[in-house]
Amino acid sequence: MKKMPFLLSTLLITAALAGCAEKETSSQPVEAAQEPIDLQEEVGAYKEFAIEQMNEFVLETEKFTEAVKSGDMEKAKELYPLARMYFERSEPIAESFGDLDPRIDARLADIQEAGQGEEDWSGYHKIEYGLWEESTTEGYAEVADQLLMDTKELRARVETVDVTPDLMMTGAVDLLNEVSTSKITGEEEIYSHTDLYDFQANIEGAEKIFRILEPEITAKDQTLTENLEAKFEALYALLDEHRIGENGFVSYEELTAEDTKQLSEAVNQLGEPLSQMGIIME
Amino acid sequence: MTSTDEKWLEKKISRRSMLKITGASAAGAAVLASGMGGVAKAFGFDILEDDATAQNKVKFYGKHQSGITTDTTTHVYFASLNVLVGSQSELQELFKTWTPLAVRLMNGEQLEEASPGVFTPPDDTGEAAGLDASNLTLTFGVGPSLFANKKFGLSAKRPSELNELPHFPKDQIADQFSGGDICIQACADDPQVAFHAVRNLVRAASGKVTLKWTQTGFTSTPKEKDKKATPRNLFAFKDGTVNPSPKSDIDMNEVVWVQPNESQSWMASGTYLVVRKIQMHLETWDRTSLKAQEDTFGRHRDSGAPIGKKNEFDEVDLDSKDATGNPHISADSHMALARKVKDRILRRGFSYASGLIDETGAYDAGLLFISFQKNPQQFINIQNALGRADKLNEYITHRGSGVFACFPGVQKGSYIGEKLFSAF
Repeated sequence: MKKMPFLLSTLLITAALAGCAEKETSSQPVEAAQEPIDLQEEVGAYKEFAIEQMNEFVLETEKFTEAVKSGDMEKAKELYPLARMYFERSEPIAESFGDLDPRIDARLADIQEAGQGEEDWSGYHKIEYGLWEESTTEGYAEVADQLLMDTKELRARVETVDVTPDLMMTGAVDLLNEVSTSKITGEEEIYSHTDLYDFQANIEGAEKIFRILEPEITAKDQTLTENLEAKFEALYALLDEHRIGENGFVSYEELTAEDTKQLSEAVNQLGEPLSQMGIIME
Repeated sequence: MTSTDEKWLEKKISRRSMLKITGASAAGAAVLASGMGGVAKAFGFDILEDDATAQNKVKFYGKHQSGITTDTTTHVYFASLNVLVGSQSELQELFKTWTPLAVRLMNGEQLEEASPGVFTPPDDTGEAAGLDASNLTLTFGVGPSLFANKKFGLSAKRPSELNELPHFPKDQIADQFSGGDICIQACADDPQVAFHAVRNLVRAASGKVTLKWTQTGFTSTPKEKDKKATPRNLFAFKDGTVNPSPKSDIDMNEVVWVQPNESQSWMASGTYLVVRKIQMHLETWDRTSLKAQEDTFGRHRDSGAPIGKKNEFDEVDLDSKDATGNPHISADSHMALARKVKDRILRRGFSYASGLIDETGAYDAGLLFISFQKNPQQFINIQNALGRADKLNEYITHRGSGVFACFPGVQKGSYIGEKLFSAF
């Protein structure tokens, strides 16, 4: 399709378009023409959040692995989805470690896709298999020990992550994409069917990023903030329909096709405005 | 919907709409510079012009919407949408948003003028870049469910003839291919252009509409002696031989266009779109003898002539008999049954091939039947006449269905569907 020729007129002198005009005349990227926005504080706040989540993740994983090792099936099953939520909330950070992330969170299918065998499988989902599929904790003590060690290593290495505004904004959208591609199909927790816990945590992780950036977003475009508020609210309301007990969710198997379709649509409707958060950089 | 959403619609200062406003001004400046006229504003949205210089372009503005009597294109992307917004003003806003986008799409232009920022996704999804308008047409309509929804306060505007289609014999209509509050029929001579149009209209309305069902279709028009011949369906029979001529105003006013006082005033110069997703059982058809195939339709396959005649357009004589005294055309053939009805419709059929049916491994292929008529009853009468008797029923199953009131055409300065909201 053809583009209308770009003409400069007095109507067009806006910051956004000035940047574009720059692009028309030179090969400089758009942002080069602009005063970079200072988001040091926001980046710091997000890192703090990630570390906080990781601290909790280590503590909860410790409880979980203890339950596994002491053979307390009930306790282990109860702790499993809750402990994972801390990980899921801060996934954009955990994902930056290409080696640790799979050791903690790989599904058997991921391992096999990478051309490896079951013997290379470790982490949460391996224990999930034991708990729900084999109904045992026996033989999982070593896996539990390794998981705790990996978790602690992850926590230690989070300090070293170079958090950037781009990582935050891309991360928020990635958290949603994670939901649309694997949570919504129930592929993430194929034995425990605790996908809705991960789902909730991913959305909370995305919301946290939005909250940190909210003042900047509002300053640029208040309607975007209002729209995001409404879409987060709508999605949480849908998730609430599937709650059970104080902080639990029903098994993913109980959802009807209509339920998952509704959830999926609400995620997509949140995703569009969420992807506009980048305006604060322009 | 919350009050924040309404506020959000009123204030048109979001980045996306800012870009559109400033972008449109850029287009305006460009248009002025090249002497094609200016861009004005009305109702708070941009008024864009048909670009007379665009290649393979169909006009957006006119008495009637495009995609109805326009020449049939080789591809269609049909989409049925449900509306998520909760008030009439938001619904109006939706059509206002779509209007300048539709003009641009039909001009073969990108939805953004200036280069987008790099930290947000581009406004135009981009896959039609480098392609021309490809005779894209966009036809918008509204279904009975929109009028039934009290939130929109449109029940008094529902034309009495607009109702969900009745159940016809042998129908196996699935909810996943039926109904919808709004339809967009995007036809183009390029499948990517047609898809791009719907994708971008739906995306620009994110959170306000949701896709209910969609179907792609294709058709090819052979040429005979340099003249366009009747296209064939997937059973290889000519489809549309008795179609009224879209070039004839008399025919169209009689068959397709709602005349003043024939319906609600907002429907004048509009029409009704009936869509049916009809699965054709190719496997069973392909093991049917040629004679049985021809008896099913009542026509010869290759020539398209009525059985016993030579040429496609030879007069149909249901009483003619063969040497043994049997009628040439059996009484339960598709054609014989269809011809008993006086009603006429304008058909714009497309074939579809959408992979396989999971349960059976059979082709999921058939006819995306689209017809236009000034009253859905015309279609209903024909379909009822085919009834259980139609020999063709053995080879087809109706899976999807929809009926939509298509607005009259848009005048420059107005927006799609404006009369629905303004006329009393």
